[in-house]
Amino acid sequence: MPAKKKTNAPPAGSATLAADPANDFRLGETYAPAPEATDHARVAPAYGLFIAGAFVPPASGKRFATVNPATEETLSEVAKAGPADVDKAVAAARKAFGPWNRLKTTERGKYLFRIARLVQERAREFAVIESMDGGKPIRESRDFDVPQAAAHFFYHAGWADKLEYAFPGRKADPVGVAGQIIPWNFPLLMAAWKIAPALACGNTVVLKPAESTPLTALKLAELIADAGLPPGVVNIVTGAGDTGAALVNHPGIDKIAFTGSTEVGKQIQRAVAATGKRHTLELGGKAAHIIFEDASLDQAVEGIVNGIFFNQGHVCCAGSRLLVQEGVADLVVAKLRRRMETLVLGNPLDKNTDIGAINSRAQLERIEALVQAGVEEGACIHQSGQKLPEKGYWFRPTIFTETAQSHRITREEIFGPVLSVMTFRTPDEAIEKANNTPYGLSGGVWTDKGAKIFGVTGALRAGVLWANTFNKFDPTSPFGGYKESGLGREGGLHGLAAYVNLTHN
Amino acid sequence: MAETSTPTLIHSPTIDAVGLAERVARFKARSIKTASKVSALRLALSMIDLTTLEGKDTPGKVRQLCRKAVCPDPADSSLPHVAAVCVYPSLVRVAKDALKGTKVRVASVATSFPSGQAVLGARLEEIRYAVAEGADEIDMVISRGKFLCGDFAAVYDEIAACKEACGEAHLKVILETGELHTYDNVRRASDLAMEAGADFIKTSTGKVSPAATPEVTLVMLQAIQDFHVRTGRMVGMKPAGGIRDAKTAVTFLVMVRETLGPAWLTPEWFRFGASTLTNDILMQLAKQRTGHYQSPHDFTND
Repeated sequence: MPAKKKTNAPPAGSATLAADPANDFRLGETYAPAPEATDHARVAPAYGLFIAGAFVPPASGKRFATVNPATEETLSEVAKAGPADVDKAVAAARKAFGPWNRLKTTERGKYLFRIARLVQERAREFAVIESMDGGKPIRESRDFDVPQAAAHFFYHAGWADKLEYAFPGRKADPVGVAGQIIPWNFPLLMAAWKIAPALACGNTVVLKPAESTPLTALKLAELIADAGLPPGVVNIVTGAGDTGAALVNHPGIDKIAFTGSTEVGKQIQRAVAATGKRHTLELGGKAAHIIFEDASLDQAVEGIVNGIFFNQGHVCCAGSRLLVQEGVADLVVAKLRRRMETLVLGNPLDKNTDIGAINSRAQLERIEALVQAGVEEGACIHQSGQKLPEKGYWFRPTIFTETAQSHRITREEIFGPVLSVMTFRTPDEAIEKANNTPYGLSGGVWTDKGAKIFGVTGALRAGVLWANTFNKFDPTSPFGGYKESGLGREGGLHGLAAYVNLTHN
Repeated sequence: MAETSTPTLIHSPTIDAVGLAERVARFKARSIKTASKVSALRLALSMIDLTTLEGKDTPGKVRQLCRKAVCPDPADSSLPHVAAVCVYPSLVRVAKDALKGTKVRVASVATSFPSGQAVLGARLEEIRYAVAEGADEIDMVISRGKFLCGDFAAVYDEIAACKEACGEAHLKVILETGELHTYDNVRRASDLAMEAGADFIKTSTGKVSPAATPEVTLVMLQAIQDFHVRTGRMVGMKPAGGIRDAKTAVTFLVMVRETLGPAWLTPEWFRFGASTLTNDILMQLAKQRTGHYQSPHDFTND
């Protein structure tokens, strides 16, 4: 132990020289490692497809690896579902639909409550696997992803037997079989967002997790089996874009729920046009985060950090465009740059990590290309100085100042830890700049004045708005966007409405 | 003094209590282990102002405390001494004599501690007395009544006068945040004290609850940061009252490290006003050294 080493009586002021300079609290670059234990997390060497309540091998026999983006090591081999497998999954969901729909609604609720409780009981395992498979800090998977996933099951469990109160005066029938495609940024949470409302309303589902992060969805499949959910109510097929296309184009699907890129969202909308398939799309964003000079600046800086560096910026509603009022712009940028240096970047399983690994090599390359474009277009780049680990996919917290509305970095969704900073003089200018984007998912306003909050947020065309905070989520609150950010809402009553056909009594 | 003597007051930013609490929660979630923990605990020990401020204080008790200050744990001579011993003015001479030849400083509360309810002349006289008795540092209290009724200029003037009365001694300005009630007030009082010449700003007397909460301390650390950026002058910070265990102390050090940076992580710029904290730090250090928790009676109560 370093404490055993004897030091000469040091003078006041430097009475603190510790034995191990690398991990010295004062002088060390960061804190000593504090890794979360992983021995309790069970990841099978290979997973099949979860169809009709059991794991089955894919018809083609093809598998693909899912890697840990922090180490580039393979975690498991998962099945690649082809059209035949999708067909089988949809058939299982169809077969299960009638009995599930006819089940007493209180019983449906009980299943959802049971799933919610099991998610809580296995929270540590889910958190660790989420961080291993996706690269996000354990602090986030432990404190955000997994508890929020449980909360979504709890919330929707409560609705299962109360739909007549959700839609008074109307009869709410399930839509049927829902095909659900989810992204890699919040793998378990997105599965919960999709599955919980669908099941509460009496639908059955075929869910496709993202190809780079299938593990927690497959662990959820194990949990669902343990919960005794009737076979076929939830089916999980793994694969890449072609598996998703097979699901979207399958004639046995009544509804498509998609969360992902705007580009794929447009393809899906074209594919379902005139098919009668209902669809909700939760797509990209380029949120404006507006800081007025009367804001609580230190808290606003923290909000900016959470807005853009949460989950390495892999967040569709990330506050990726910062609009700061002129009078405080230099101060805010200076505070932000200081704060960026204190972010701990590294091993996602370390409890002190703030910035984990970029989800995949492909995403890292996209981020690097856009940042390069920002530099070439003449914006001023500031990156923090953390050391990057040798293996894995990493990107330093980055901000651009002196950006223009016409720069690619202010127009396109980067989906990484990269913030574009602009200034404004008047509230009208802030609103105009904020709305000048093809997207309309989220936004934020910081001011000490209540009237200004209502005035500005009322003029912003975005589906989710935060005042004096950012990136706050709750199952009761509808989430979704305008314009190229998507169609429909998830969560709350509005989210339920996407999973029912309403008729007047 | 003219009202223009406090021009920066209008720039005191507001504090969002919800955001502040969230930031503190992030600090509390930091996991400080192994070598980081040991060096943080040793650092915390070296930053303690070992304090006794009771009516029943005796010269004997102060001498005991001084011995503890120089050698906190007789079982581990590698440990640093604490930063200072903090006593009432009447016992400054006793402490000064007991600490002769050591680097432990003598701090004294003054200015009609803890209420500050005396005429300014008497309060300044008390400072001059304590300094003459040998105090290296003076912990003053502000007139909370004047501050709360908006008479900022009077508070500014009294701090400036106290600073003048201190001469060479360092001035710590106690805001008594438990009586200021809002974070906006804490921030404004911090800015006021620093503008008026405080060498340190300090949360509390220890006689009012709540005292040194992490939230209040963070507001003051951010004020120090902004003041340093604006003026280039470093001001020290002393949370006092309510910090009883080593884990809490480490959280405070994490806040300092990530808010002000390593330059403030020395006894010259950061202090803990505490008494029971010392033994918990010693106990945690002994645990790190031996692998076992020792019984509380293995540590001296002074």
